[in-house]
Amino acid sequence: MESTQATNHVSYLQHKPHKIGILNWILSTDHKRIGLLYLYSIMVFFIVAAFLGLLMRIEKFAPGETIMDAQTYNGVFTVHGIIMIFIIVIPGLAAVFGNFFLPILIGAKDVAFPKLNLFSWYIYIAGAILALISQFASGGAPDTGWTFYVPYSADSSTNVIWALTAAFILGFSSILTGLNFIVTIHRLRAPGMSWFRMPLFPWSIYATSWIQVLATPIVGITLLMVIAERTLNIGFFDPALGGDPILFQHLFWIYSHPAVYIMILPAMGVVTEIFPTFSQKPIFGYSAIALSSVAIAAVGYFVWGHHMFTTGISYWSRWFFSFLTFIVAVPSAIKVFNWISTMYGGSIDLKPPLLWAIGFIFLFMIGGLTGLVLGALATNVHVHDTTFVVAHFHYIIFGGMGFAFFAGLHYWFPKMFGKMYNIKLANISFIITFIGFNVLYFPLFIIGLQGMPRRYFDYFPEYQYGHVISTIGAFILIIGIFIMLFNFFRGARKGEIAPANPWKGVTLDWQIESPPTLLNFDEIPVITEKPYTFKKEEEA
Amino acid sequence: MSHEFNDDVGKKMGMWIFIFTELFLFGGLFLVYAVFRANYTEGFHSAAADLDAFVGTLNTVILLASSATVAMSITAVQKGNNKLALRFIIVTVILALAFMVNKYFEWGHKFDLKLYPGSEIMEQLGKGEILFFGLYYMMTGLHALHVIIGVVLLMISYFKVKNGTVNSQKFIFLENSGLYWHLVDFIWIFLFPLMYLVT
Ligand SMILES: [Cu+2]
Repeated sequence: MESTQATNHVSYLQHKPHKIGILNWILSTDHKRIGLLYLYSIMVFFIVAAFLGLLMRIEKFAPGETIMDAQTYNGVFTVHGIIMIFIIVIPGLAAVFGNFFLPILIGAKDVAFPKLNLFSWYIYIAGAILALISQFASGGAPDTGWTFYVPYSADSSTNVIWALTAAFILGFSSILTGLNFIVTIHRLRAPGMSWFRMPLFPWSIYATSWIQVLATPIVGITLLMVIAERTLNIGFFDPALGGDPILFQHLFWIYSHPAVYIMILPAMGVVTEIFPTFSQKPIFGYSAIALSSVAIAAVGYFVWGHHMFTTGISYWSRWFFSFLTFIVAVPSAIKVFNWISTMYGGSIDLKPPLLWAIGFIFLFMIGGLTGLVLGALATNVHVHDTTFVVAHFHYIIFGGMGFAFFAGLHYWFPKMFGKMYNIKLANISFIITFIGFNVLYFPLFIIGLQGMPRRYFDYFPEYQYGHVISTIGAFILIIGIFIMLFNFFRGARKGEIAPANPWKGVTLDWQIESPPTLLNFDEIPVITEKPYTFKKEEEA
Repeated sequence: MSHEFNDDVGKKMGMWIFIFTELFLFGGLFLVYAVFRANYTEGFHSAAADLDAFVGTLNTVILLASSATVAMSITAVQKGNNKLALRFIIVTVILALAFMVNKYFEWGHKFDLKLYPGSEIMEQLGKGEILFFGLYYMMTGLHALHVIIGVVLLMISYFKVKNGTVNSQKFIFLENSGLYWHLVDFIWIFLFPLMYLVT
């Protein structure tokens, strides 16, 4: 017994059963190492895709051809979209923080199926490599946009098949991860942790996982149908053969709208962990937040038609989809009210994680409210396919999911690596990123309202002021992000040793060592009270 | 130092969730079927007449029987009769192969008649017929792929029963393979009337 005690207290990062260093990573079924595998893969791809985004902004600095021609531009925005959506934000928070912290937060030693978990990462990497091949193989980078709309995706002579297959495989990885998390939450909660004693990040992962499991196969079969159309002359979407291109859009958005919640729900879960810790106050409206995750997952299934208001779908279906789009905004708003109420009257400690989380609320609100402009029938027609959509989308995905990701990194970094980053530098990088973000995307709302179409490499001179400001913002944003990454790398290498509980959190993740031991807990904890119960100094 | 979980309930739950995703995968195709059948009712009826309902019925009977034999193999293992279980698994695999042989001749016959997507004869048919055959090949093809996956799972189960890793105490692998096999059967139960009986 004593000898096992001793080995148990080696951190998961020092646990190296294999002689060759890399094998300790790629053969490890430890959920924490797998989480980091996802983190590193996502970081690499993020830098690539962000660089492509920067190239697009440089192209648009002046009207006409600036640094690339139209076809190259089409390829660049497609590749940017495919990498960002399928490789970064869909797995994103769930794969990184879900893997690392879901078992810890529910008091488990690992996920339910550790081997399957590692296998999912391999599938993910296979898909990511296929996506990369699609960029460089001989046919030319795919130029359909990440939405793969037919008929163009059935006709384009570029490497669309590679990209479709990549998306299919990445979807499979996503399904297996979701399946794993659902079973983990059902089966491995610590004794005494009833559903309503579970922290809220696991709740959001639970809702996300169900969407992953039930929505992803729809896009899977849809992508297969496009592949069949390109290779086997099966024309479900080809009017010449009796098919219907609008049907593709329905099937695509039946998945891809819920996919937005696959991205944003874990983000909401992360900030829900951050607000109580930095307010030293229990979360306000625990059950409302928990159940609103489930409500979002359920209602989010039935709003896909709001992407198709201009395709000629019937009046009543447009009415229905628009109405439900407004309804689905309600649970998101409930969460925002609860986060703010949590801070109200708390002893607020404005550390970097909280800064990023507040930045998240601010940007997510702008994204959400402009989403209602798009969800309303009349205004949608005006701004459809303009940069207004691009701006809205990036406020939600980058301002929402991205900022929450960075919030989570700043929050859990000391736990994951046992080291601390420089707080001052983190604050500076937040401010620069936040300013850069708004300078980059806000002008796109304005020129979008004025009629600037999305996905164009060229534009009329009257839009130039907006594009110039936006491009300047892109550079500011990139600088902010690089300062942040530099801060993390320096922190991980030679930062101060982090204590077990630097933020005075009360969830299980802060009750164990930093970094955690291989099995997280020496003894599985027994849960006797609700999460987020902060004790007064005297009581403790 | 192993932290593998031996949680049979969890494993079964995982299999059920995977079955849900499979149902949604096919669900997408059923949705497409519903849309086109509503749009091209006539064409679907006349195209379905070209399918051989006898072969379809035969395959339905074969799959139903195989679902029964796989269930019996599980019961046999639970009762500790591994020998009987092995026999039932073999029968199940043979039935699955019989299904595939039938399918092979059925598809082969269609190809002889030049009824495949992109053929000249196919292009002269009405749009409803073209879509019907497109769906026929895609749905039965995807189903056949699942039959093959199911057979692989059953064969692995066979060896696990044989070397004793699956036994009367621990039979979750066979049980899950059986569940998957029922899924294959279940999907066919819907495919059969929609393809062969809508004449
Ligand atoms: Cu949507």
